[in-house]
Amino acid sequence: MKKLSLLAVSVWLLALPAVSLADDLAEIRRQIDALQQEYEVRIRALEERLNAAEKEATEARSQAQAAEQAAEVAVAAAPVEQNRSNTFNPAISLILEGSLNSYSQDPDDYALPGFQLGGEAGLPAEGLTLDETELVMSASVDQLFYARSTIGLHDDGDGTEVEIEEAFVDTLALPAGAGLRFGRFYSDIGYLNRVHSHAWDFRDQPLVYRAMLGSQYTDDGVQFSWVAPTDLYLRLGGETFRGARFPGGESTDTLGNIQTLFAKFGGDVGSSHSWQAGLSQMWVNDVDRSSSGHAHGDEDDEAGDSFTGDSNLTIADLVWKWAPNGNPTDRNLILQAEYFYRHEDGKDTFTEGGDSALLDYAGRQQGLYAQLVYQFMPRWRIGARYDWLGSDNDLDIIDAGGLDPNEVLEETVFNSDGHDPSRWSLMADWSPSEFSRIRLQYNHDKSQPVTDNQWTLQYIMSLGAHGAHEF
Amino acid sequence: MKFVIKQLPFICLLLLSRLATAQVSVFACEPEWAALAQEIGGKHVSASSATTALQDVHHIQARPSLIAKLRKADLLVCTGAGLESGWLPVLQRRANNPAVQTGAVGYLETTQYVKLLDRPAQLDRAAGDVHAQGNPHIQLDPRNYPPIAKAMAGRLAEIDPQHAGDYEAGLTNFLQRWASAMDGWQVQAQPLQGVQIVVHHNSWRYLAGWLGLQRVGTLEPKPGVPPTSAHLSKLLQQLQEHDAAAIIYSSYQNARAAEWLSQRTGLPVVELPATVGGNAQAEDLFSLFSDILQRLLAVTS
Repeated sequence: MKKLSLLAVSVWLLALPAVSLADDLAEIRRQIDALQQEYEVRIRALEERLNAAEKEATEARSQAQAAEQAAEVAVAAAPVEQNRSNTFNPAISLILEGSLNSYSQDPDDYALPGFQLGGEAGLPAEGLTLDETELVMSASVDQLFYARSTIGLHDDGDGTEVEIEEAFVDTLALPAGAGLRFGRFYSDIGYLNRVHSHAWDFRDQPLVYRAMLGSQYTDDGVQFSWVAPTDLYLRLGGETFRGARFPGGESTDTLGNIQTLFAKFGGDVGSSHSWQAGLSQMWVNDVDRSSSGHAHGDEDDEAGDSFTGDSNLTIADLVWKWAPNGNPTDRNLILQAEYFYRHEDGKDTFTEGGDSALLDYAGRQQGLYAQLVYQFMPRWRIGARYDWLGSDNDLDIIDAGGLDPNEVLEETVFNSDGHDPSRWSLMADWSPSEFSRIRLQYNHDKSQPVTDNQWTLQYIMSLGAHGAHEF
Repeated sequence: MKFVIKQLPFICLLLLSRLATAQVSVFACEPEWAALAQEIGGKHVSASSATTALQDVHHIQARPSLIAKLRKADLLVCTGAGLESGWLPVLQRRANNPAVQTGAVGYLETTQYVKLLDRPAQLDRAAGDVHAQGNPHIQLDPRNYPPIAKAMAGRLAEIDPQHAGDYEAGLTNFLQRWASAMDGWQVQAQPLQGVQIVVHHNSWRYLAGWLGLQRVGTLEPKPGVPPTSAHLSKLLQQLQEHDAAAIIYSSYQNARAAEWLSQRTGLPVVELPATVGGNAQAEDLFSLFSDILQRLLAVTS
């Protein structure tokens, strides 16, 4: 019995889990079904909500699109990033200049009696010529400096000559209206000296510039300037240059042989008129220059002058511009005049055929030009200019050095032979846009006693970044 | 000398008081920005404009008087996007004033705060005077002013922190008045929707965008190129087939081309102020837009 009962108990014990397992399984299945149903409901609900949300989003998007289309102006809270090609690359421009020239005299014989020429004082070649190709690059260097370089390419007959006309740095952050420029640059003396040839109103520089500054004076140096905090424009400045270029000849001083001071004033009269006047002084110390520039006589005639001494130049300039209501697009007028006075003192060495004579030389030279340029309708301008130069040079022979004293006095370039060079110019130009210009110019040139009738048809084309023009 | 020493404290006081009342000098390239600065800054600001509504902003001279003015300026506000590239860089370099150099707090370019339209896909000068960043004549859409006003108020507060609260108040006041004025203009301008116009220069792009005007022709053959007879006769032919409501030009533009076309087509010519000061009615920003709307409604209704 005991055995039986034990068996029964063990069977029950063994069966119990089986029975309860079956029950559990059924229960679990039921629960899973329930869960599944529940989840399905939930998922369906979620799906519905998702669909609704998606629909809303699409609606919102299309509404936003519609709103954007309607508004057309997207209002940005912060500065909109814009593509500026020249933020990191320097602004680059290429200027092409060329001309067709006709002269009634030989341009190789060009001279200004009484003046020792140098620099770029000669005439462009006769016929079709490529005058100058200018490559200009400029940019802010950083928060303190701005720099610009102008590289001029021109033919000198044998090949292409590369010249660094300008390569300078300007300060941007000096306080109290001060500014510093260093490197190679066009001096700020006079009005036209710093103007690049593509911005000239005539094809060539006035005779005074040709005679006294070799067309334009550019050199290595430092410039300090100050703009006054006044309603009237007042700019004062001074420069010191190496002085190795015309009108200098040799650099002997650490701080340079050429110094300048200048003052510029300017303002408006009403809304249609504006003006600028300037006064400049240039001191050239210990000049040592010989008269062989671009313009000289025949190669086999070896006569030449070499000047040593000091040369001081004073310039007064005035520019007056008129444009109705200050709007120059249709019509405008520019009146411009400059007066130069130069005093030179030193020795002249006259050389001919291996012999040389020494002369005492004191020169008082002056010159002026006045010009009027009128734009009478959009794109068309006409202009007239008058030039005059005069010299009163004292020459005394110290040592004739084997040459005939009379011949020396006769042949030196400082002898003007009583002739005062003068010139009349007329021009008409057409500028289809601010980037191109085609010009016809006539010069009635009495630089020498014989009149030279000069005709020029010229083009100026600017490619790329077009720098802003000064007043 | 004795007098000077005796009066020194007084002179110092005078100088100090002058400093305390010193106004922020705003040099605006265009009259609309000078007007906006005055609206926001009120008595703390003295604003002047380099150009007038009678001048073509693309082409003015970098006059000495402008250099002198920029030398003393605390804030330079210009349109940018190349509109002033023919003269502004010279003024900035010649003025020797570090406060208004590009990148400084004192230089605000308004086109940076709005979306420019008509950004050219191709940059070639053969297409005329194109602006790489888009059409810069943003001053003719009133919706462009609020973001610019906010930027300007921020700069004024940065330059003159003493009166930051006043600039904030000036801004809020301006924005409120501007919003209500815009509501009024929007209602007024309903009839202009879809009206077809011929313009002199594409300077009316933003006005057209705002009012829903449709440009059907431009007197200039290419942006910045003066109207030619060949282009005008082509336009005339086009207009005979395709009707328009009016020919629009600004106060600074030559009226001859518009009048020539008007005589042949019978279309009315409307001279609109391109900015504040463009005519006797456009005294400030509010009257500028009211006047433009009135003139347009007068010829189209």
